[in-house]
Amino acid sequence: MLSKRIIPCLDVKDGKTTKGIKFKENVDIGDPVEMARLYYEAGADEIVFYDITASSDRRDIMIDVVRRVAEEIFIPFSVGGGIRTIGDMRQVLLAGAEKVSVNSAAVRNPEIIAQGAKAFGSQCIVLGMDVKKVGASSKIPSGYEIVINGGRTHMGMDALAWAREAENLGAGEICLNSIDADGTQKGYEMVLTPLISEQVNIPVIASGGAGNIDHIHDVLTDGKADAALVASIVHYGTYTIREIKDALQRRGVKVRMRW
Amino acid sequence: MIAIIDYEAGNLKSVERAVNKLGFPCRVTQNLDEIAASERIIFPGVGAAGKAMADLSRLGLDQVMGDALRARKPILGICLGTQIILEESEENGTRCLGLVRGRVRLFPQPLISEKEGRLKVPHMGWNGIRLRRKHPVLDGIVPGDEFYFVHAYYPVPESEDLVVAGTDYGIEFASVIGHENLIATQFHPEKSGRAGLRILENFCTWDGRDVE
Repeated sequence: MLSKRIIPCLDVKDGKTTKGIKFKENVDIGDPVEMARLYYEAGADEIVFYDITASSDRRDIMIDVVRRVAEEIFIPFSVGGGIRTIGDMRQVLLAGAEKVSVNSAAVRNPEIIAQGAKAFGSQCIVLGMDVKKVGASSKIPSGYEIVINGGRTHMGMDALAWAREAENLGAGEICLNSIDADGTQKGYEMVLTPLISEQVNIPVIASGGAGNIDHIHDVLTDGKADAALVASIVHYGTYTIREIKDALQRRGVKVRMRW
Repeated sequence: MIAIIDYEAGNLKSVERAVNKLGFPCRVTQNLDEIAASERIIFPGVGAAGKAMADLSRLGLDQVMGDALRARKPILGICLGTQIILEESEENGTRCLGLVRGRVRLFPQPLISEKEGRLKVPHMGWNGIRLRRKHPVLDGIVPGDEFYFVHAYYPVPESEDLVVAGTDYGIEFASVIGHENLIATQFHPEKSGRAGLRILENFCTWDGRDVE
């Protein structure tokens, strides 16, 4: 039986994590390689890096981070943010990432999913989706719309239809990020997440909104998510990954307990 | 020296990095002399069986595994590398290397588990293994250790004696196969944290003799 995955997400800007993390000792750490190693040793099942570096000519810095992370951790990790071409994907994968995630580039040019899957295999291609609740309409039957630019630009695309299309194009996994829930710490999106997870045959990672362990439990059970992305809740030391997993296991969720 | 066979399938670097981290010299190679001179072989792979077989024969590497098996050299198959040591794969009806008797099948779809309902295919993520018998390469692996899997097809060795460990995903399939000096895992030990590194380390010091 598969374990549900707990995946810390690190935002990286110019080679530094933007939030830092505070573990119990209250040490602030901004080095993504060191943070990845700490989470690897703390029981993370996978790690997501999101490169928010603004200028594309500083891309080499991220590639260097990926290369150094790959030498330190022996679990899968993915890299997203600013991936626009097959060349970008190749660079990240060759540097040692297991997966790349595409978001707005795939919205603008869905073919990049098919090209990436053909070149590197579906298992490497994660579709990142930013969604916003807009209410059901004839154009947006699920009631959730695809947005880009951090939610500022509405794309007129139905989130469920896009998830299905991306699966058909060859995406190997979906990371579903709710713009409404993100940063609220009031729980994951609990309507669209199970809807998409039941309608596609690829894993769905829920992202955005974790404030306590109940939220994680709920999205991995009623929310039908295969994995939960966690950020602030672990970065700021509210819970360790072990505390999260202990609590989930006690409540009957299968998680990896030995690492 | 450990030869990691480079048939241009998937990310071989991660296997190399893990073996290096453990302190064993290794080389990603498609050079026949280098492979022949190596003391042990890792046969990784990600992707489709048909393409892998075509690439192996294009690169003249389709004999090296058989040679190594007969030479009693320790061999480790990983993921697709494990599948194509069998005789045949359902993935586009591909004839494989046939070093071990058996075939490779696609998970049934829909895949229904009594306990969990519909399961997704591919089987992707962390899962446990159930040891069927002892094997030196699995020394130190205990119940509760989990490994990282990514696959839609699974190996079905002809004889149960070849199954060193099984994994449950709707059905129970052979996740570790052992045959003389060959050991093969459906999961990725190089992506499976400490338990995976333990298997790689065991392999790197294995004399190629099965306990049975």
